[in-house]
Amino acid sequence: MNAVETRNLTYKYSMGTPFETTAVDNVNLMVEQGEFVGVIGHTGSGKSTLIQHLNGLLKQTSGEVLINGRNIWSKDVNIKDIRFESGLVFQYSEYQLFEETVYKDIAFGPKNMGLDKDETDRRVRDSARQMGLSEELLERSPFDLSGGQKRRVALAGVIAMQPKILILDEPAAGLDPAGRDKVLEEIAGYHRNSGTTILLVSHSMEDIVKYADKVLVMNRGQLFCYEETDKVFSMSKELQMIGLDIPQITKLSHLLRENGIDIGNDVYTVERAKERLLKILKR
Amino acid sequence: MLKDITIGQFFPGNSVIHRMDSRFKIVLDILYVVILFVADNFISLALAGIFILMAYGVSEIKPIMMLKSLKPLLPIILFTAILNLFFVTGEGEPLVNWWIFTIYSEGITTAVFMIVRIMCLIIGMSLLTYTTSPIVLTDAIERLLSPLKKIKLPVHELAMMMTIALRFIPTLIEETDKIMSAQKARGADLDTGGLMKRAKALVPILIPLFVSAFKRANELAMAMECRCYRGGEGRTKLRQLKARPMDFMIALLMLTLLGFVIVDNMVF
Repeated sequence: MNAVETRNLTYKYSMGTPFETTAVDNVNLMVEQGEFVGVIGHTGSGKSTLIQHLNGLLKQTSGEVLINGRNIWSKDVNIKDIRFESGLVFQYSEYQLFEETVYKDIAFGPKNMGLDKDETDRRVRDSARQMGLSEELLERSPFDLSGGQKRRVALAGVIAMQPKILILDEPAAGLDPAGRDKVLEEIAGYHRNSGTTILLVSHSMEDIVKYADKVLVMNRGQLFCYEETDKVFSMSKELQMIGLDIPQITKLSHLLRENGIDIGNDVYTVERAKERLLKILKR
Repeated sequence: MLKDITIGQFFPGNSVIHRMDSRFKIVLDILYVVILFVADNFISLALAGIFILMAYGVSEIKPIMMLKSLKPLLPIILFTAILNLFFVTGEGEPLVNWWIFTIYSEGITTAVFMIVRIMCLIIGMSLLTYTTSPIVLTDAIERLLSPLKKIKLPVHELAMMMTIALRFIPTLIEETDKIMSAQKARGADLDTGGLMKRAKALVPILIPLFVSAFKRANELAMAMECRCYRGGEGRTKLRQLKARPMDFMIALLMLTLLGFVIVDNMVF
């Protein structure tokens, strides 16, 4: 059974007015249980619109969305349950914090699920730990924290609902390098520990290469391709044609190849580049 | 649902009305309201109505927008009309006399007059906002109120506050939408339950909204100070308001209309 499936998913903004635009155009997608999927695409390519369909915040113009095999808009499905099953963390998610204490804010989701006090407490402490938030932070006001900490509180607030699918819209945007790495590492760790299916939207190709098993490329509302990470980044020409970047180290490897140092055309991470270069140097 | 708000909506264009000096537009709009309430017979009221419809035609704004501006005020229009219909007493025999309801012919005319007046009033006012960008509008208000600086009224500051408020309406709407989605994704229930439950459900939306609005205000103030903003003293304008012959002609036309209405009232 696929964790996420869309069939001919189409979404149009401002239907029936001169401003009608197709944001998502006939997308067919299948994400298997437990996969870590990177979602990339140019600004306005429809990735944010697409992911908002996956927990029913937007209702498609036509087509179907299936979460764990259930059509989320069929009559016997409560859309609120779908929102707990497929957790969505928005861009700049720290803006959603509102409670007096970090603890209460993380507990907002579990409380809405109708969980009892003990279970809520357990989940709040668990998810705070998962996101690297120490116990004493729980009693502080979320507005007193640093940007990176706030972001991790917001993430913990969604993880506390223990969604089977976790969708993250640029969770590291606007953070400093240390904050970025910390947030992404916590997410990767959570993926390893829980086996949750993860969809990660990002503009950083380095992050995608580092964490994602598969990559979904959106272009002008259409699904450009959905393949293994290596395969996607081997198409660097096509990616650049639709306005996307390739990892810096890949660019460097292309330059090296042009200048006669062949380190292969499948270098996407610094580690692999190091390996290959050392091999060449040893020869 | 938040995208339906039409306050201060502006449709760019290049018609005669669009190009008019915005100070003239405001003053003439007020003059038009005076005309509407001075006019107390059918001929003058009809003239006033035709006048605003013609202005609408010249402005190249779609007629459907006229109806849209009337829609939210429909209950008030109906309420006034009904009040007038039943409570205005005339001299002759009542037309209808049933149970506690009595309707005189004067009641009917007053009600009809009231409907036409309010409708013309709203159409006139919305024509002003439809054809004038909010920024230009506040500029004009600032200029018109500038004599009040003599009595220490901070006219420039008030205009600046209005400009900033108008500028941030769309931003705040967008932000509210985002926060609502984020809380809904955490299972917040905004659409069901009683009054108290719904009021409580607003807390997770209003607090983040206020926090970010204050933050934004702080940043904006800082940015303005960085560019040496220190009030209206000696400040010049990018867009100079300039009255042209056309503006005076339109003003003359409206004064003629006012004169006609007054004469008309005296004759009949």
